[in-house]
This record gives sequence, C-alpha cells and structure tokens, in this order.
Amino acid sequence: MKATGAVSFWQATLAVLWKDLAAEWRSRELLSAMLVFALLVIFIFNFALELQTQLRAGLSAGILWVTLIFAGTLGLNRSLAVEKDRGCLDGLLLAPVDRAAIYAGKALANWVFMLIVAAIMLPLFGIFYNASLVLPGVVLVVLLGAEGYVAVGTLLASMAVQARTRDILLPILLFPVVIPVVVAAVKATGGYLQALPLEEIRPWLNLLGVYDVIFTSVAFMVFDSILEE
Amino acid sequence: MIEVHHLTKRYGPKVVLRRLDLRVEKGEFVALLGPNGAGKTTLLRILASLSKPTLGEVWIAGYRLRDQAAWVRRRLGVVSHQPLLYGDLSAEENLRFYARLYGLENAETRIREVLTLVGLWARRRDLVRTFSRGMQQRLAIGRAILHDPEVLLLDEPHTGLDQEACDMLDQLLRQVAARGRTVVMTSHDLARAADLASRFDVLSGGHIQASVRREDLAGDALLTFYRQALGSENATEGTGEVHL
Amino acid sequence: MSTTPRALVVLDVIAGLALAVAAGMVFFYAPLERVMGAVQKVFYFHVAAGWVGMLGFGLAAVAGIIYLMRRRSRWDLLGVAAIEIGLVFTLINVVTGMIWARPVWNTWWTWDPRLTTATIMELVYIAYLMLRQGIEDPERRARFGAVYAIVGFLSVPLTFFSIRIFRTIHPVVLGSGDPTATGAFSMTPRMTQTLMVSLVAFSLLFVALLWHRLRLGELGERVEQLRLKLQS
Repeated sequence: MKATGAVSFWQATLAVLWKDLAAEWRSRELLSAMLVFALLVIFIFNFALELQTQLRAGLSAGILWVTLIFAGTLGLNRSLAVEKDRGCLDGLLLAPVDRAAIYAGKALANWVFMLIVAAIMLPLFGIFYNASLVLPGVVLVVLLGAEGYVAVGTLLASMAVQARTRDILLPILLFPVVIPVVVAAVKATGGYLQALPLEEIRPWLNLLGVYDVIFTSVAFMVFDSILEE
Repeated sequence: MIEVHHLTKRYGPKVVLRRLDLRVEKGEFVALLGPNGAGKTTLLRILASLSKPTLGEVWIAGYRLRDQAAWVRRRLGVVSHQPLLYGDLSAEENLRFYARLYGLENAETRIREVLTLVGLWARRRDLVRTFSRGMQQRLAIGRAILHDPEVLLLDEPHTGLDQEACDMLDQLLRQVAARGRTVVMTSHDLARAADLASRFDVLSGGHIQASVRREDLAGDALLTFYRQALGSENATEGTGEVHL
Repeated sequence: MSTTPRALVVLDVIAGLALAVAAGMVFFYAPLERVMGAVQKVFYFHVAAGWVGMLGFGLAAVAGIIYLMRRRSRWDLLGVAAIEIGLVFTLINVVTGMIWARPVWNTWWTWDPRLTTATIMELVYIAYLMLRQGIEDPERRARFGAVYAIVGFLSVPLTFFSIRIFRTIHPVVLGSGDPTATGAFSMTPRMTQTLMVSLVAFSLLFVALLWHRLRLGELGERVEQLRLKLQS
C-alpha cells in the first residue's frame, strides 16, 4: 500500500496510454469525431475537385494526407482539452512521475488514434476510388508521418489548450511547422502507389525519419517547461 | 512538516504573495482563511508543487521543493477546486490509474479500502461522469489519500456540496487528521473550519496576517479573531479588499 | 534610461550611412546585369533582407533556449524583438522576391523553395505572435514563446529541404548550382562587393532596431510596474 520506489518512466508512460485508451474505449467520442470528419473531408474533396473514380496516384496521396492531418487536429485538441478542462493535468503533475513520461503517454495515445483512423481510411479510400492503398510501403509512411505529426502536435496542443484562444490556435501553430511531414508523406505515399523505384522514395523516407527524430527529441526536452506554472 | 521561508510569488509585475513565512508541525490541521484574491489558492498550488515560487524556499517532510519535487509529491495528497478525475473512466479505474502513477503495491486492496472509506464501493464500476458533485468530491478525496500521504492539502473542499456531503467530508477529514496526518485547508466557511481545524491562519496582503490555535480561542471567537486580523491589515496597508 | 544612450545614437547614424552607401553602390557602382537589366538590382536588398530575417529568427531561437535555462525576462524580450524585426525583413524579402520574379520568370509568384520557405517562415512567426497574444500570464507567455521559437526555427531547414527536393527554379547565385536555370547569373567582383556592403548595412540596421525595440520593451515593463504601484 505504501508508495514504493520510483515509478519507472515506462510504467508511467504505459499508465497514461492505458488511461487514454480505456477512456476512449468507453466514450469513443474522439475516434468517432475524427472518422466522421475524415469521411466528410473526402466527400468534400470529391465534389470540390470533381474527382473521377480512377485517381492519379499523386492526387489520392494528397487527399489522404490532408484528410488525416485535419482529422488529427481534432483529435489532438480533444485529447489535451480533456486533461485541461477537468483539471486532470494537475492530477498528472501531482504524481511523482517524470513529466516527459506524461508527454510520451499522451503522444503515444494520439499516435494510436491517428493509426486507427488511418487503418479505417485506407481501405475506405480504396473502395471510393477503386484503388488498393493498403501496401506495406504506404503503411510505413503512415507510421512515420503520423509519428512526426503527433510528436509536434501533442507538444503544441499542450500549449494551445492553456491559451485563451485555444480553439483556433492549434492549427495555426501546428500547420506551418508540419509542412515537411505533409510534403514528404504525400510524395512517399504517391511514390509507393505509383510503384516507383525505392531510390526515388528514399529521400522522402529519410526526411520523415529525420523530422521524427529531431522533433520527438526536442519535444522531450522542452515539454517540462510547458507544464509548470 | 511544512516550512515556508520568505515565499514570494509574482505573476508578471503583480505580486500575489509577499515574503510569506509559514510553519506547520506534524499532525496539525491548519485552516487557511482570508478574503478572495488573498492568494490562498496560489499558496496551496505552490505547496502542491504545481506552481513555482518566484523567490523563497519550501520544505515539505524534510525535502526541498525546488529540487526534490518528486520526493515531495510522493508524500502529498491534494484536493483542488476541480475533481481531477476522468469522466469516461469508472471510479475504480480512476483510482487504478492514479495507483499506477504512484507505483502502489497491493493497489487493488488499497483501492477497495479507499472506496469503502468514501462510501463509493457499491458504485465502483460506474462512470465518474454520472456521479453527483458530492460523490465526485468524495472520490477526489479518495484519490488524494490513495497513497496514504503524510500531508493533505485541500482547496475549498466544501464548495458546491450539500449539507449531507459536507458532513461526510468532515467525518473523512477527521479520520485523516486522527491518524496523525498533517492537513492544510483553505476555506471561506468559518463555521466548518472552526469545527475541523486545530489552528487558524489568516492570509491577507500576501502574507500570514495572524495565526491562532484552537485552544487559545474561546467559544465562537473565531469570527472576531478573523475580523481583527483583517482589520489590522486594513489599518496598516489599506488594501480595502475585505469581503465578509 | 530615459534618454537614448549615446552609443545607440551613434549606431543609428552609422546604420543610416551604411544604408545610404549600400543604396548608392547598388545604383551607381554595381554593373547592370546583361540579361535581366535594372530589375536585377533588387537582388542586393532582397538577399540582405532575407539574411536579416533569418538572423532575427535564429537569434530568437537562441534567446528561447537561454530563456528556458535561465528564466530571465530579458531573454524573452530579446526573442520577441528579434522575431518582430525578422517578420518585417522577411516580408521585405518576399515582396522584393516577387518584384524580381515578375519580369524574370514572368510571374509574381513562383513555388520555388526559398520564396516558399520564406513565406512559410512568415506564417510560423505570425503564429508565434498569435500564441503570445492568447496568454495573459507573462511568465507562461515567455515560456511558450520560447518553445515555439525553437520548434519553429528547427522546422525551417526541413521545410526548405522538403520543397527543394519537390522542385526548384530559383537561381542559385551563391555556391554551386545549376547554371542553366533561368535568372541565374555569375557575379562580378563589383556585384560581390555591393552585396557584401548591403549585408553589412542591413545587419547594422538590424542591431540598431533590435536595440530600440529592447529599450521600448524595458520601458513598457517599467510603465506596467509603476501603474501597479499606483493602483495599490
């Protein structure tokens, strides 16, 4: 019953991840909002761009990523607003755990949500546009791209929810700094869909990898200073 | 148990706490009184390690807050304005989550103990979002005492509770105090504070204006004492922000 | 504090003179470029403004790192000052870029990596200002500003490379590049000298403006303190 030795980084990270997944399993608010929104975006694109059933590979990659990124913003905002609104962020900060573990847990949970949305979107998109998107290469790009996106997104959303203008702030903060992820993910996805040789896709994968490493490490370093008061 | 030395907290150019000194012995139950905006919540948040002091030092249970915060947090339980609970998790799951964050052994046994203590064992599988304010507050206290902290900090715990819930809360707090735990509670409600606390400190003008022990207070003299404490403050500095 | 320090007055004068010399050199000393003609002369201030913009944003990122370590409000002030000036000069850089692009590439706007990156950078730092506006507590505003200044600055090279691999038609004047790209030209010694003088003049101007902005910020803080003192 007594508080024992240090709670390890991973224990705390997994506790936060488990908490987010369990809460989402109960309410399904975040995922259902993300999915419905993603579907709507695809439909709007269809009419706005007068898309044909047979899409150019480059175009479907672009639509796919814009959809994921927009839906992701909804999820990120919600994920951090839940902590802020009921004061739960204080509850996390009161616990004797590394603050970086709180970040890691939240970011991992957001990553899982993004991947679930992508897992449903890819086959759906394939049905709408009569193409096969579920390729190993595309899956790799989704994993890498979503990681970079939630790494920065979780960090910036933690700031945005603490601001007065929080509802409008997150996309404005997030979009200009994730442009490299969008560009690289779209080009790499397009490359895999067109079955381009790996040499033409590799620069984009490298860029995604570099982005992921840089921003995940920076987020770990600065997250501490976002939560204190 | 708690030692605060020359604590100053500024928000930008605005000074909320000014060279505040405070000492709370082990087992004391301190009621922190004062007008709105006196800095009670700020002081409590600093003690809880949620807010950093601008100047000054805080020691809790022998650990310095500035560089040993993790050690302090392990020994602290906090009840704030908000319940710090997740609406989409059940009562049991909320406590289980916090038990994991505190690294508790025998978590399940302790969770049952605490849920029984706050009278929510029967509702343990219900989502917190379906709970009434009073039940949420009880669970919030359960969450705060889950890791059996040496120091319990409470910020206006009676706010928004009905009579029955308030009595239940008082009973809980008496139990905690009876086990030799140190408690600091802010309150607006002088009558409730008078019932519970062993010491009364009045915070005003950014520092502790006056302090009195229960045994030095005759009958219902708390109100008189409180008015005098604020009156002297008014006479010397004239802040004119007394809301009684 | 209340009167402008002598060194700052001197710096103002020197920066003004340097700017005048640079302008003179652009018009009378630097040779006319063979293909593009007079419009190529926008190049000198275009590059110099871009340089000052990067200088400002880079300085703000460094100030952000130091702020997070030291927590002194003057580093925050330096960060905002550098970013505000950086924003103005990056805007000058983008606009002069468009003026140059119009006759040379026959379009106001090209999606070339540098012009695009400069514009995205502008958006990043406008977001920075909006973030600050949304936060009341000055201490938190400073912390969040520092974090965003670091994140924003780190994203700039990655944005540049991503667009660079995407496509490029921008003339690569400095360093090796594709000499056949439209608008590319080789620099004569006089051109190089003019560019160097422009860079120095703009850098001096940057330092002078930064100094003025810092003084303004410090005076603003003093006013705020006095106002609070009066209230209580």
